[in-house]
Amino acid sequence: MRITNLNEKLQYEDVWVVAEMLLDKIHPVTYELLGAARALADYGASRVGVIVLCSKEPENPTDLFAFGADKVIIVTNPQLKGFLDETEAEIIIRLIEKYKPEIVLGAASSRGRALIPRIAVKANCGLTADCTELGIDFESGDLLQTRPAFGGNIMAIIRSPNHRPQMATVRPGVMKSITPDYSRKGEIIYEKAKLNNQAAFKRIIESITKEENAVNLTQAQIIIAGGRGVKGAEGFDLLRELAAKTGGAVGASRAAVDSGWIPYEHQIGQTGQTVQTGTYIACGISGQIQHLVGMQSSALIIAIDKNPDTPMMQMADIAVVGDLFEIIPALVREI
Amino acid sequence: MKIVVCIKQVPATNEAKIDPLTKRIVREGLKAVMNPFDAYAVEEAIRLKEKCGAEVIVISMGPEKAQRCLREAVSLGADRAVLLSDRAFGGSDTWATSYVLSKAIEKIGQVDLVICGKQAVDGDTAQVGPGIAAHLDFAQATFVMKVEKVDRRHIRVQRMRENGYDVCDIKLPAVITVVKDINMPRVPTLKGRLASDEIDIPIWRPEDIKADIEKIGLDGSPTRVVKTQPPKARSRKTIRIEGSPQECAKQLAQRLREEDSISGANI
Ligand SMILES: Cc1cc2nc3c(=O)[nH]c(=O)nc-3n(C[C@H](O)[C@H](O)[C@H](O)COP(=O)(O)OP(=O)(O)OC[C@H]3O[C@@H](n4cnc5c(N)ncnc54)[C@H](O)[C@@H]3O)c2cc1C
Ligand SMILES: Nc1ncnc2c1ncn2[C@@H]1O[C@H](COP(=O)(O)O)[C@@H](O)[C@H]1O
Repeated sequence: MRITNLNEKLQYEDVWVVAEMLLDKIHPVTYELLGAARALADYGASRVGVIVLCSKEPENPTDLFAFGADKVIIVTNPQLKGFLDETEAEIIIRLIEKYKPEIVLGAASSRGRALIPRIAVKANCGLTADCTELGIDFESGDLLQTRPAFGGNIMAIIRSPNHRPQMATVRPGVMKSITPDYSRKGEIIYEKAKLNNQAAFKRIIESITKEENAVNLTQAQIIIAGGRGVKGAEGFDLLRELAAKTGGAVGASRAAVDSGWIPYEHQIGQTGQTVQTGTYIACGISGQIQHLVGMQSSALIIAIDKNPDTPMMQMADIAVVGDLFEIIPALVREI
Repeated sequence: MKIVVCIKQVPATNEAKIDPLTKRIVREGLKAVMNPFDAYAVEEAIRLKEKCGAEVIVISMGPEKAQRCLREAVSLGADRAVLLSDRAFGGSDTWATSYVLSKAIEKIGQVDLVICGKQAVDGDTAQVGPGIAAHLDFAQATFVMKVEKVDRRHIRVQRMRENGYDVCDIKLPAVITVVKDINMPRVPTLKGRLASDEIDIPIWRPEDIKADIEKIGLDGSPTRVVKTQPPKARSRKTIRIEGSPQECAKQLAQRLREEDSISGANI
């Protein structure tokens, strides 16, 4: 809501994390968000709360205490099995009105990116997407949110001075969780979900889960990506082998996806996913701008290409000149 | 059925160059084009129109030159276009933008379906679609990869997740945002081009859509950009590895170990 005076502002206190739930299990990104929330709360001497929405009691909610939470607010309702954006938004808005958190963090996952903006608009507060850094402004006490725009070409620092709570989403893999301390204790609060006619908005008919995507791109620490140079679906088997050896995920350029060698979920770039991984190995990807904007924020970029002069080979930290069909099998043997 | 498609004009990245020093894209002097995701939104609307009959209205908030994108959509088969343009709209964040667009959708009236792109490639937020749904209290489905069927009351869509997809029935009116996988946009016909040259595009100002002046523009936006700065440059010098495949692989494996890249190995 819009804040008109300091007294109103001071009523908002805690730092909240909206837990990322996957079939009633707490997704690991929740612990990363908790790490960020803990640091913010320590700075402002406030507490960390976690909101858990689920269809049945989650396993080990007390783990959340070990990872930095002071309180866990659990809402269970059989209807909360699949992801019902509208319903979850209504529940969380009611909780925000009741408890008045100062900051609310959510995951910039497909779910968070649907849910959190709906909450922010209805709760009348600002929201900054995909933050890479969060801090507190020394003078005002406001949250300082740093986010990349234009595919990582510019960093914007954003503040929301006159609205509370201040909301932000963070991509998986960007924040660090704290070392868990299983002796930490906290409070569990159960809240009821009053579901008016919410469920009428949406009915989930079925949920298809693809095993192949079990390691997802936004979370992988290493991505092996292939382009037109991979030449076909069999080429991607080679990349999968390397991914399996390194614990990584397989990505692709649009040219490879459009050729039907690998499904769209793997596409990285302007019209695919944006990733910020530890190590990005581009195999036979020339590195057109639309691809680069989706991966250039990765910490270490390695390119394997026959042509030493492609944009990707120029931007890479390590550029390997050669035939990927010879280098990758050799690399698989070396690791 | 009445469908509104929201289109944003964004700088074209196609001709962008990389700055050799910072290894970042040079943004200056880029042409303005339709946000690539919005082309899929337009295409999906036209397909629905062809399949079950609909009126397709395209809207954009932006400077007067954003008309160009709207004309492009008309050349592809949209029936009408409206531009939301006024000094007072300037500086709107996603909250205010989705407010303005929702007020325009209210003014259009009787809208069954709003289609947005997954995200705009300049801001990259993906917040405006769900924001519009929230302002209007419409149902929503984001990252839609397929529209399976539509009837008077519902739309059945496949919505993408990280590890698969959900098939859901959404009550109309609704907002959906679409990913690239959903279709293959067509190219305009000559007839379409002529229609788009001739069409009159009204410009709506805050008073036309009864927008609360306190909720739009810079002052109406909850978020403020305090400053912008270039990201940390990729200042590492490129290390080039050449030689026999075995030699290359050996050196690369060693680098990977040094960088701790394969600590997550599941071997
Ligand atoms: C609006 C728009 C949106 C787009 N969005 C995206 C996007 O999201 N993601 C994306 O990736 N692209 C996107 N593109 C497409 C982009 O412009 C490029 O066309 C695409 O990235 C090229 O893919 P590529 O690098 O795999 O293919 P190419 O450019 O053909 O490069 C293939 C590379 O493989 C190398 N090679 C060939 N054989 C071998 C071998 N045996 N060993 C080693 N190297 C070899 C070649 O030297 C070459 O460098 C978009 C384009 C537009 C217009
Ligand atoms: N100024 C605008 N005018 C019209 N549509 C917009 C505008 N900004 C965003 N949109 C729509 O919202 C989608 C998501 O944009 P964003 O939330 O900015 O990433 C875009 O693909 C458009 O469909």
